[in-house]
Amino acid sequence: MSSHAHVVPHAPTGFVSKYIFSTDHKVIGIQYILLAMTAVFVGMILSLVMRFHLAWPNAHLPFIQGGIMTPEQYASLLTMHGTIMVFFVLTTAPQGGFGNYFLPIQIGAPDMAFPHLNMLSFWVTFLAFVAIIAAFFVPGGAPLSGWTGYAPLSGLGEVTGPGEGWGQTMWIVSIALFCLASLLGALNFIATTIDMRAPGMSLFRMPLTVWGWFVTAILGLLAFGVLLAGGVLLLLDRSAGTSFFIPAGTVVNDQLQPHSGGSPLLWQHLFWFFGHPEVYIAILPGMGVASHVLSTFSRKPVFGYRAMAGAICAIGFLGFMVWGHHMFVSGMSPYSGFAFSVLTMSIGVPSAIKTFNWLGTLWNGKIQFKSPMLFALGFVSLFVSGGLSGLFLAQPAIDNRLHATYYVVAHFHLVMGVAAIFGIFAATYFWFPKMFGRMMSEPLAKLHFWFTFIGAYLIFMPMHWLGIAGGIRRYADYTAVDFLKPLQNVHYFMTIAAFVTGAAQLFFLFNFFWSLKHGAKASKNPWNATTLEWSTDSPPPLDNFDGHYPSVYRGPYEFSRLDTVDDFTPQNIPPAEVKRNK
Amino acid sequence: MRSSKRDRGSAATAGLLSLLIVILVVVTVYVFVARLWVAPPAITSVGHEIDHQYDLTLYVTGTVFILSQMGLAYAIFRFRDRGQRATYTHGNNAMEVIWTSATIILFVGLGLLGYKAWAEMRFTEAAPNAIQVEVTENQFVFNFRYAGPDGKFGKLDPKLISASTGNPLGLDPNDPAGKDDIVVPTLTVPVNHEVELLIRSQDVIHNFYVRELRLQQDAVPGLMIPMHFTADTIGRYEIVCTQLCGLAHYRMRSFLDVVSESDYQNFLKQQEQPAAGQ
Repeated sequence: MSSHAHVVPHAPTGFVSKYIFSTDHKVIGIQYILLAMTAVFVGMILSLVMRFHLAWPNAHLPFIQGGIMTPEQYASLLTMHGTIMVFFVLTTAPQGGFGNYFLPIQIGAPDMAFPHLNMLSFWVTFLAFVAIIAAFFVPGGAPLSGWTGYAPLSGLGEVTGPGEGWGQTMWIVSIALFCLASLLGALNFIATTIDMRAPGMSLFRMPLTVWGWFVTAILGLLAFGVLLAGGVLLLLDRSAGTSFFIPAGTVVNDQLQPHSGGSPLLWQHLFWFFGHPEVYIAILPGMGVASHVLSTFSRKPVFGYRAMAGAICAIGFLGFMVWGHHMFVSGMSPYSGFAFSVLTMSIGVPSAIKTFNWLGTLWNGKIQFKSPMLFALGFVSLFVSGGLSGLFLAQPAIDNRLHATYYVVAHFHLVMGVAAIFGIFAATYFWFPKMFGRMMSEPLAKLHFWFTFIGAYLIFMPMHWLGIAGGIRRYADYTAVDFLKPLQNVHYFMTIAAFVTGAAQLFFLFNFFWSLKHGAKASKNPWNATTLEWSTDSPPPLDNFDGHYPSVYRGPYEFSRLDTVDDFTPQNIPPAEVKRNK
Repeated sequence: MRSSKRDRGSAATAGLLSLLIVILVVVTVYVFVARLWVAPPAITSVGHEIDHQYDLTLYVTGTVFILSQMGLAYAIFRFRDRGQRATYTHGNNAMEVIWTSATIILFVGLGLLGYKAWAEMRFTEAAPNAIQVEVTENQFVFNFRYAGPDGKFGKLDPKLISASTGNPLGLDPNDPAGKDDIVVPTLTVPVNHEVELLIRSQDVIHNFYVRELRLQQDAVPGLMIPMHFTADTIGRYEIVCTQLCGLAHYRMRSFLDVVSESDYQNFLKQQEQPAAGQ
């Protein structure tokens, strides 16, 4: 553990160095959060337009060229929705945003290990976002090969469809930039966690949030490099005449393509070697936040803390050995498929451990239903629902039935989409007072919760059933296949639920911006919580602790000890200063 | 403890959230028990095997779903803040060991049981007397090729592919084996007779999916992927593409006609004419 120089750095004074090109991890964290809020708004609008089109395929839409959405526009929307949500929301907000802001404070550090690298990570991510948005406006429009960008569809240029020209190139450039930024960020998180913990902050005294961010960073370091390499190869196939992913004899529109020797499955292996860990990159920070918030508002230590930290590591480790479950019907060897299946089933074990320990944390607690807690409880329910459906998809035989149906869409939306978003909302309501020095409105937050919790289930539970009946995903509409026509009713229902749930997000948006100015002033520790961020001012000073760096005397979740007067014992209070029962 | 205003608020919130979770469980169980949304009946023995494994998985996950959600709902209501002091505990190692072992046995065991259906479908080869049909997919059509009376597929040359002039597969007119090849846009097979599909794609990745066969397989350019099945029920079934393949992906479909042996022979007779260079 390093010894900290107890010198308060000079605060930057200019607007640009303070708020734009800042090296302060707190400002960078907020920049990431604002980027993710912008991205989630774009991504949500895209999904609502898609949902509207699925329910009423022939309706006129005022903002679409020609009035009625074309199938290629629909395919572009689903591609961009997936890409923006996975990369710029689910990766950006929990890790880049909250991780950046709170990891250093929770371990008692003044900043990240490499502040300038941190700034670079954000601005490269920002460039990546500009590039992906630009894909809408280039000739041919946005790409239509899905967020998975399967070759050869993504590798042959515009001959395979509009958007496969410039749009697909912008997509690859954006993803490559994003990978680069995430690699730099991951290095920074790992170095910070290993090197900059306060005296006494041993690994097993770290909050589970820090465990979540730390393991996520390791996943990012190992996964993003592979996608970056894949992206570069795909770009070469498109522009330099190489054939990494395109085999000989490929003929599009009667034209023989000038490629030979490539393998379409190679792209899938590279993509999913990244893509599956990416699922855990999105959800592990949410798991950390859920554990943290459940403990705080149950006024109880986390049940099985070591098992929880171990489960995070086990999920991270196993997460690299299951990518083939996305490829059961891809033409990959069926023997590999079976091995991937058993490994995937075993990743259910640490997930179950987490669920049981969350219930154990609530058991015999004193549950306070503040808004962060409601979202954390919602997280648990959604994680259970979305996780269990994975046990079907993990089995290759059953995957024959369910692959590429809406069942898959429902599964991953519940577990890595909605559950992860609930983790982000829990984090926002929990830490807003610390970040901005003001409380958010509880009544508005609760309204937001009820609408979102009910709405999410109303959208995604029927979506499972649609998939079980054979409803195929990524179809522009259900009019061309006979067996899909009777399933149209499910689309009406989900579309209405989606619009109501989407509208309810305005409660959050309004609450967030209104509370910035008008929320009640927040104290240092409004939730009576125990970890280090609550020992400093709200918002924290530039070096986080105003020169008084904390030492750590105990684990992160000391609630309701029998020998103390208060029902919480912060990590930084020396044993002699704890108020004890006589 | 006297009941304060805050406690009552807590009871309402706890009650509502618990109730919502109970409703979720009840509705979900009802949907499955009443079989509101189900797949059509399978028409192969492997299909029934897959459905059996599906049902088994449904019972296991259904039980875990009901117990976890109900446990969550109970904890939310029972342990709401009523002024009590929470129990100070860091966990229970015995319980960790029990639920870890139980889930390993349950989940991994379930995965191992899934071996049978998968192996029957994918680890075995088609019988030597199976009828071979080559499935070729491209944006956005299916083509099915039968070898014809000589039992041999003619040579293909990608340079000769020309859908506009009636040679969508690129059949080489100089190969005598190709003279009697049958190329049709729908798939016709006899009932209770094994069929081996040789699935390939000319351009991007497509898929061959028939719900009733419980069979889904990508068509990958550069690969020829064999799949076999024996359909046991006469009827017409839709074949769809489930791998995003471009703008008209949603309307890329064909039909599987499972017919009697005599109807199959009639179908072959009608089609027996040179396919190449028409």
